Amino acid sequence: MKIAVCIKQVPTREWQPRLRDDKTWIREQDASFEMNEPDAYALEESLRLREKHGGEVVVCAAGPSRVQHVLREALARGADRAIHVEDESLGSADAFVTAGALASAMADEKFDLVLTGLQSDDQGHGQTGVVLAERLGIPHSTIIMEIQIDAAAGTGEETRGMRVKRELEGGWFQWIGMPLPALLTIQSGINQLRYATLKGIMAAKKKEIRKVARPDGLEPSQQIVGLALPVRSKQTQMIPGSPAEAAKELVRRLRDEARAL
Amino acid sequence: MILVIAEQRDGVLNRATWEAIAAAQQLAGGDDLQMALLGAEPGAAAQELAAAGAGEIVTVTNAALEPYTPDGYVLALADLIGTAKPQVVALAHTYQARDFAPMLAARVRIPLVTDVTGFTGTGTQATFIRPMFQGKLAAEVRPTGAACLVTFQIGAFRADGIQRGASASPVKNIAVTVDRSAIRQRPEAPFQEARQAVDLSQAARIVAVGRGIKAQDQLPVAETLAKAMGAELAASRPICDSGWLPMERQIGSSGQTVAPKLYVALGISGAIQHLVGMKGSRTIVAINKDADAPIFEVADYGIVGDLFEIVPALVAELQK
Repeated sequence: MKIAVCIKQVPTREWQPRLRDDKTWIREQDASFEMNEPDAYALEESLRLREKHGGEVVVCAAGPSRVQHVLREALARGADRAIHVEDESLGSADAFVTAGALASAMADEKFDLVLTGLQSDDQGHGQTGVVLAERLGIPHSTIIMEIQIDAAAGTGEETRGMRVKRELEGGWFQWIGMPLPALLTIQSGINQLRYATLKGIMAAKKKEIRKVARPDGLEPSQQIVGLALPVRSKQTQMIPGSPAEAAKELVRRLRDEARAL
Repeated sequence: MILVIAEQRDGVLNRATWEAIAAAQQLAGGDDLQMALLGAEPGAAAQELAAAGAGEIVTVTNAALEPYTPDGYVLALADLIGTAKPQVVALAHTYQARDFAPMLAARVRIPLVTDVTGFTGTGTQATFIRPMFQGKLAAEVRPTGAACLVTFQIGAFRADGIQRGASASPVKNIAVTVDRSAIRQRPEAPFQEARQAVDLSQAARIVAVGRGIKAQDQLPVAETLAKAMGAELAASRPICDSGWLPMERQIGSSGQTVAPKLYVALGISGAIQHLVGMKGSRTIVAINKDADAPIFEVADYGIVGDLFEIVPALVAELQK
């Protein structure tokens, strides 16, 4: 099976937001970046599928040159090669532009299965994977918790494709049968992540990252006209002091003010 | 005209649809509203929608639209949008909308703004507010072009804010052609993994832990506090993903939605998927080392600091 996994590089969880002067994007020079968490689960799932069914895992990303770090990391964890649609403008691109950029670089590869995380921890549109499927002309399913590939898939024999477990709201799930090729967006927690070994890191240095230019004609579908700290919906009473002082005061307020204890 | 796509399963309307209608009414600013309901037959949900008198109901019917599939819905809705040409298509940001709305937007080549919590202006002139960077920032977003799709975050708009009409709205049925062989997903019946042994929605108090607890063997820290408060123990998604607590104790969009008298969030940053499951709680306490954590946006009381120091102090205070 030929599997693609799309990954995005996003600011780390510890990152404290700082804005660019025009307040339409973040000050990237102050941020440290990491692999988008749901994408890390998608990568892990692709490696497990390759271990079970054979084939190849290709990591794909659209973004500025900094994105190479997460591509190398994915190669170190076991992906075979990478495709990087490289353009500085792609760091803050919307989902239509990102999906369009990925689609143009991925179309000729004829992947059997494309995996993405269900959404990114930066802009969080939750659209790129599904739009990419539409642009590639393949079916999709979202928020996937398990993948069962039919044994005949990819052999040229007749196949039922795969069965995927989709998460619904409130603790419900649903199995869905799908043909291949297809695209799935992966939910965090589908598996246990592996980390790169020293051997993997060494091997990754020799693996190919194919660079592709941003295609022409990608128009943004939306523009960020302002970024700001969110407006507080509640007046939060911050309780200062040492742990003992704060604890005493909190318990008092929960008893006397909120009557919650 | 603003078109709201209602969501139903087995003839029961999703409650979030009412929130989307309330939001769409504000967004319409006096412009017409239409509600589309897809399924095998119009059913009782259409009557329920019509009774609100908020605008014309269009039932889009075909046997192939039951059960829901993204391919089926997009085939039917691309047709409807092409004919009706709404300025804005509005939906609740449910798992189902997340599954098909991006495909629909890509198919009809109209921008999609997701997870919207507010807006200024009306119709296509509106500027939408949506969370970015895990809720650390709020973005003002403007779609380009003459029309857009919008999904509204669950809980961001109040369903009881709907302006009801004096009389029931008319219901129009459109029987669409949907080529069943063009639907590539074959859904099976929904199921629950295990019977929910713990019904957190009934708990008066909840102590919930997040990534800040760091390790499974630190859980007794939170358990002790839960015991001292007479509370149930719950967790954010990463804790249940790691298997430290069973899935049935997970709070958030993929777990349970709760509104207890007291909700204590320990080391939970407050990703939006968690907040939607608990922000209706009457009193919320947040204890987190990061003063900028989004959980403080919804908290009534906040303590910035090390939970491993604060929680034992709280337990000691409660036991006095």
